[in-house]
Amino acid sequence: MAIRINGAEVQAPGDARVSLLDFLREHLHLTGTKVGCNQGACGACTVIIDGERVLSCLTLAAQADGRSVTTIEGLSADGALNPLQVAFIEHDGFQCGYCTPGQICAATAMLQEIERGMPSYVTADLAAERATLTAQEIRERMSGNLCRCGAHNGIVEAIMQVATERAA
Amino acid sequence: MIPLAYHRASSADEAIHLAGAPGARLLGGGTNLIDLMRKGVEQVSDLVDVTALSSSIEESDDGGLMIGAAARNSAVAAHPLVRSRYPLLSRAILAGASAQIRNMATVGGNLMQRTRCVYFNDAAGSRCNKRAPGSGCDARGGFNRYHAILGASPHCVATNPSDMSVALAALDARIHVSSASGTRIIALGDFHRLPGERPDIETVLEPSEIITAIEIPPSAVAANSTYRKVRDRASYAFALVSVAAGLTLRDGVVEDVRIGFGGVAPKPWRALRAEAALRGQPATESAFMAAAATELADAVPLSGNGFKIDLAQRTLAAVLTELSGDRR
Ligand SMILES: Cc1cc2nc3c(=O)[nH]c(=O)nc-3n(C[C@H](O)[C@H](O)[C@H](O)COP(=O)(O)OP(=O)(O)OC[C@H]3O[C@@H](n4cnc5c(N)ncnc54)[C@H](O)[C@@H]3O)c2cc1C
Ligand code: FES
Ligand code: FES
Repeated sequence: MAIRINGAEVQAPGDARVSLLDFLREHLHLTGTKVGCNQGACGACTVIIDGERVLSCLTLAAQADGRSVTTIEGLSADGALNPLQVAFIEHDGFQCGYCTPGQICAATAMLQEIERGMPSYVTADLAAERATLTAQEIRERMSGNLCRCGAHNGIVEAIMQVATERAA
Repeated sequence: MIPLAYHRASSADEAIHLAGAPGARLLGGGTNLIDLMRKGVEQVSDLVDVTALSSSIEESDDGGLMIGAAARNSAVAAHPLVRSRYPLLSRAILAGASAQIRNMATVGGNLMQRTRCVYFNDAAGSRCNKRAPGSGCDARGGFNRYHAILGASPHCVATNPSDMSVALAALDARIHVSSASGTRIIALGDFHRLPGERPDIETVLEPSEIITAIEIPPSAVAANSTYRKVRDRASYAFALVSVAAGLTLRDGVVEDVRIGFGGVAPKPWRALRAEAALRGQPATESAFMAAAATELADAVPLSGNGFKIDLAQRTLAAVLTELSGDRR
């Protein structure tokens, strides 16, 4: 078996202790994915495995064997920015940029969760097929990604703009 | 440096066999175990990944639900039958951790997750009877804002951090477990132990056993239910106090009620005394406050968490008032 990373097959590391985060950064030099807390508390290391956002710091590379991993490097083609990345720039959705790859990976998967009908803790009507996307919904759904620079207002606006454009 | 082997079990029997080796541990999403291994709290030589075992969520013959232990937390919260019949369970899961962690975490791992007591998690610098039996407890005289007011012992005051389990306690869930010698079913209320003299033994699960499924019986009272979590920040924080509750009224009188408390005890706390006090009573805020007071009569505050007694009482009253809605 192998791990599919941004479309390319890679052999999983021999040492089972290696986290997916260290494997991406130290072995494959895909340094877009960031190390924050290394204990599940900040979201900087967020990547997408088989369509779901997860934390690469608490995932062993061995657990990803046979699965498909998308990192920030895999979210845009040929150096062109995707609409979410453009919106983050337009809305000042970052300052230092350290949390940004995790924010963009999380937001990408979050928009798909909403389309699939995933509720959140603040969704008033659990029976509704699809939650109405409010700023409060975005804040709750993005709460797993901290930003030390406090760019959260811009992040919420950027995501809202992309969601609104897609719905149109 | 402990060398580590990783196995992926393809059946419950294989998992039971592999997990029988000394130093072997079951691995769900890894969101708790991998962190604890890195912190030196857990020493593991073999990880047995059980996420390929049953993750199905299906209606059982009696109209309840059967959930495979490998079901991801987010899959349970999003399931149409959970959302419509057991809203308190959906909301309890959604109140826990973050979307990323809920996507990784399994139901079996969630049930078995260990306390977030900072002294338990600090292997290098703190005394903890749960981590190192007999070493003492630094929480009692330390930072104990998140610690227990009910069910604690002189040896340990740590709380069980699971939100999901609080809802399962209110729902009388049953845990299906398997070992080489057969299978058994454990009521959720009996699954987690109070610390007593052995805070290191947290559940009645034997080392040779694995959780295979959780069964939730049909529940009329769950149709009108919710989960409310009070915490230091609005999201992505553990509970100071949480309440899972379901309520049915007839002519303004409590017909049936189920209540679980989180954040206040070493185990998900089923509030049987408050439930008994409420049945047949008028659905008024004063009756709700009185029932909560009955449950909390034995509460013992620590230096930093006395506020939890009032908070638990008011949160329960607020939740039951919300569930009474215009049905009163
Ligand atoms: C930053 C952070 C914040 C969090 N916030 C919350 C919160 O607010 N509320 C909350 O409820 N939780 C919270 N959590 C905890 C999270 O819910 C748990 O870590 C998760 O549910 C554990 O599930 P897992 O599958 O990842 O377990 P693992 O880490 O894989 O395993 C945990 C334990 O369960 C055992 N185990 C796994 N599967 C089985 C099985 N089938 N049978 C027997 N034993 C088994 C393992 O051996 C291990 O001992 C948080 C976690 C983090 C990192
Ligand atoms: S580095 Fe993974 S959550 Fe912080
Ligand atoms: S932009 Fe600096 S941490 Fe978010």
